[in-house]
Amino acid sequence: MTHTYDVLIIGAGVIGCSVARELSRYRLSVCVVEKGPDICMETSNRNSAVLHAGYNNTPGSAMARFCVEGNRTFDQVAEELDIPYRRTGKLVVGFTDDDLEALKRLKEQGTKNGIRGMEIVGKDFIQQKAPLIKGNFALWSPTTAILSPFQFTFGMAENAAENGVEFFCGSEVTGIASGPDENYTVYTRNGVFRSRWIINCAGLGSDRISAMLGIEDYTLHPCRGEYFVLDKKLRDFLPLPVYPVPNYRTGGLGIHLTPTLDGNILVGPSTEYISDRGDYSTTRSIMDMLIRDGSRIFPYLKQEYFIRSFAGIRPKLSSKEEGGYHDFIIERRADIAPHAINLVGIESPGLTSAVPIAREVIRLMAEAEDLQTNPDFKPIRRRFPTFQDKSPGEQARLIRKNPDYGEIVCRCETITKAEVLQAINGPLGATTVTGVKYRCRAMMGRCQGGYCQTRITELLMKEKGIPPEALTYERQGSYIFTGEVRSS
Amino acid sequence: MKPVRKQAVIIGGGPGGLAAAVRLKKNGIDDLLILEREHWPGGILRQCIHDGFGLTRFGETLSGPEYAQRFINEAREMKIPLNTDTTVISLEHDKTVTAVSRAGLVQYQADAVILAMGCRERTRGALSIPGERPSGVFTAGTAQAYINLKNKMIGRRAVILGSGDIGMIMARRLTLEGAKVDAVFEIQSYASGLPRNIEQCLNDYGIPLYLNHTVTKIKGSSRLEAVEVSRVDENRNPIPGTEKEYPCDTLILSVGLIPENELSLMAGVELDPRTKGAVVDEFYQTSVPGIFAAGNVLHVHDLVDYVSLEAERLADAVTAFLHGKLSPAKISIRTEGGIGYTVPQKITGKQDVTLFFRPRKPMRGGSVEVWQDGCCILKKKYPRLLPAEMEHLSLPASKLFSDSDIKVVTGDE
Repeated sequence: MTHTYDVLIIGAGVIGCSVARELSRYRLSVCVVEKGPDICMETSNRNSAVLHAGYNNTPGSAMARFCVEGNRTFDQVAEELDIPYRRTGKLVVGFTDDDLEALKRLKEQGTKNGIRGMEIVGKDFIQQKAPLIKGNFALWSPTTAILSPFQFTFGMAENAAENGVEFFCGSEVTGIASGPDENYTVYTRNGVFRSRWIINCAGLGSDRISAMLGIEDYTLHPCRGEYFVLDKKLRDFLPLPVYPVPNYRTGGLGIHLTPTLDGNILVGPSTEYISDRGDYSTTRSIMDMLIRDGSRIFPYLKQEYFIRSFAGIRPKLSSKEEGGYHDFIIERRADIAPHAINLVGIESPGLTSAVPIAREVIRLMAEAEDLQTNPDFKPIRRRFPTFQDKSPGEQARLIRKNPDYGEIVCRCETITKAEVLQAINGPLGATTVTGVKYRCRAMMGRCQGGYCQTRITELLMKEKGIPPEALTYERQGSYIFTGEVRSS
Repeated sequence: MKPVRKQAVIIGGGPGGLAAAVRLKKNGIDDLLILEREHWPGGILRQCIHDGFGLTRFGETLSGPEYAQRFINEAREMKIPLNTDTTVISLEHDKTVTAVSRAGLVQYQADAVILAMGCRERTRGALSIPGERPSGVFTAGTAQAYINLKNKMIGRRAVILGSGDIGMIMARRLTLEGAKVDAVFEIQSYASGLPRNIEQCLNDYGIPLYLNHTVTKIKGSSRLEAVEVSRVDENRNPIPGTEKEYPCDTLILSVGLIPENELSLMAGVELDPRTKGAVVDEFYQTSVPGIFAAGNVLHVHDLVDYVSLEAERLADAVTAFLHGKLSPAKISIRTEGGIGYTVPQKITGKQDVTLFFRPRKPMRGGSVEVWQDGCCILKKKYPRLLPAEMEHLSLPASKLFSDSDIKVVTGDE
């Protein structure tokens, strides 16, 4: 007889992990099943990494409410979970009279949504905030921030795990049955789970999970966005996110430039509706377009600064023909699946809204049953100390305490063996090469692992006892070695 | 934290750093230290197990490890201090070097700092090759490290992009280990590696080299499944309709080396956008007095022998510097026409110098000229010039008219 959970969450993206953490505040046994080999592998980790203010969304919509609330309450979440972020503010730059009108409407919408401090500013203000940015005027929103989506997701997951939530990666859901005892039986590629509740946080697969629960109403339209990552050499050139005036019809916010917390710059994303929701390809035509459009506001986009390109996929409820944004769907269908909550179409601003969305899930559950507070819930989580941002004195102390800090594994990002071992052996430790990368930033620099990937694969195999042929880069089947050159 | 004083700190224990250290010691500079981040000295030579090293420097052909070992043995016999497993994490303009190892963090205050960090490889990201992001895409040097140092086989069927020397050497290496190498593709109209490697690594094994071709798409959602290759036009843009798919599980990138100057930039060293290395004078001194550079961190060399020889010349100059005897270099050297760059980029004009240079593209029967004050002061004929082969030109001080800048150009342009 398999153990029956109170709640089973499908999907370990930012939403699933946020729901997991919020649920761990209650006396419930909770597990998360994730299709991929690691948490935070899809939309949650493939985006502009911006904590939005909330002026892009229709007043009164769930998107607007949750985004504004998510932004307003983020300081506390970040404080509790030790999540790196920076309130840079953001500029939406315009050039024409039409742009100016659009920015005024945007400001008005933002004010209705309850955002404070927004201003239409002139060239002088743009010059002072970001001297190299083009634009005749701009909408300034002081509350916009940049954050690390992986650290945000991982912080919530780690805290949830600390509070008793169990995570099962490599567990794609293949079927759901509801039995006579009102419990769900969830079939996965990694065994069978039983649960009283199901929370569908499956992102790009959420419409399929809904269908398994008997709700056939939703169809997602995957919409790909490609990005370039620029070298840290440009870090001083762009202190804050700069966006063009959005054309919502396209389904995105336009090609913008966003500094990352680590000093890189992201250029993108495009908006391209695609048929295959697993196709993260980048394309020549979109790359050319990104350079062309990005150069309008930031004329320093040279090939020699590119260190990587990548793509993310938006799980959109609005089709290409409809365009724009459909509001988040977060609902409990008492008629069809009374103990399931479906979250469908959680696209931008889903990252910003992650915590309010999770609280909405709790509210919907509480309509059906009383939830008992977990008196043992520990809200505080601390990150493993990083080396590169410390003073020489602090670095010397770290090495004295743990000599592994004295071994630099990744030279571009100055990541030490101590941090790599933590990424592998810490809570919810990495089992893949990219899992190490996202946890500690090794291999993210300009040499893209040319120097340290050989060391990291070696550490992963040794620490986890993985044979060479079984070691994977990112997805299932992404083997790196075919074996040994000479059997040892 | 009180810095440890040193006459000379050498960053990097590869062929450049070792040769410089041995020569410095021979010149009587005793208070020196090599800092090496790897567990063993020798640098990239450790993974270059093929032969062909040493013909110029030693008059015999050696494997990479053998070549390195000669310098390692000499350094050991001379008891030159060498800290391995030690990474320099910062270099300041005042020549403060911060290094970390398991033993702790140490700062050195050096009279002279010698940059010998070598180079790194260009990556897929730098080329922006479109497509998916499967495993199985390796830079040639990483592939070489896996096979030769880590005993890991990386694939069964490979395609190589770029005709750099390491790519061609890996084509042979993979073939010898039982993998099928289908082809080498080069976007340029000429090979970027040495003619002898085309002969010994490709032709001898029946591996075709396609010029004017590049990879235009990477396919495979988990492991690489295929690459799409296209012909390119004279501007290196893919020609639509020429796409051809090559099934493979491995793509090796050999698309260029970039001097590794992160530390140099921290110290405010001026870089040459053409070489991506420091701007130096004939003493190999950078724009920061007391900081010197040689080897692949200065400009990418085709043979390690030239790295050693360059580092030895640097060591002689550093010795003179430590004795307070270097003249300022006032004459800048510009390049035009078919000349890609020169090293040094500045000279004093007070002594005979050798200018090292590379042409931008292959040339037959051309000449190279040096001009000053509107006059051609030197002309030398070359039967052929190849970008893959570094050339040199001796410029006697007696030929110079003045302290005006000089330019180096190709004669037939």
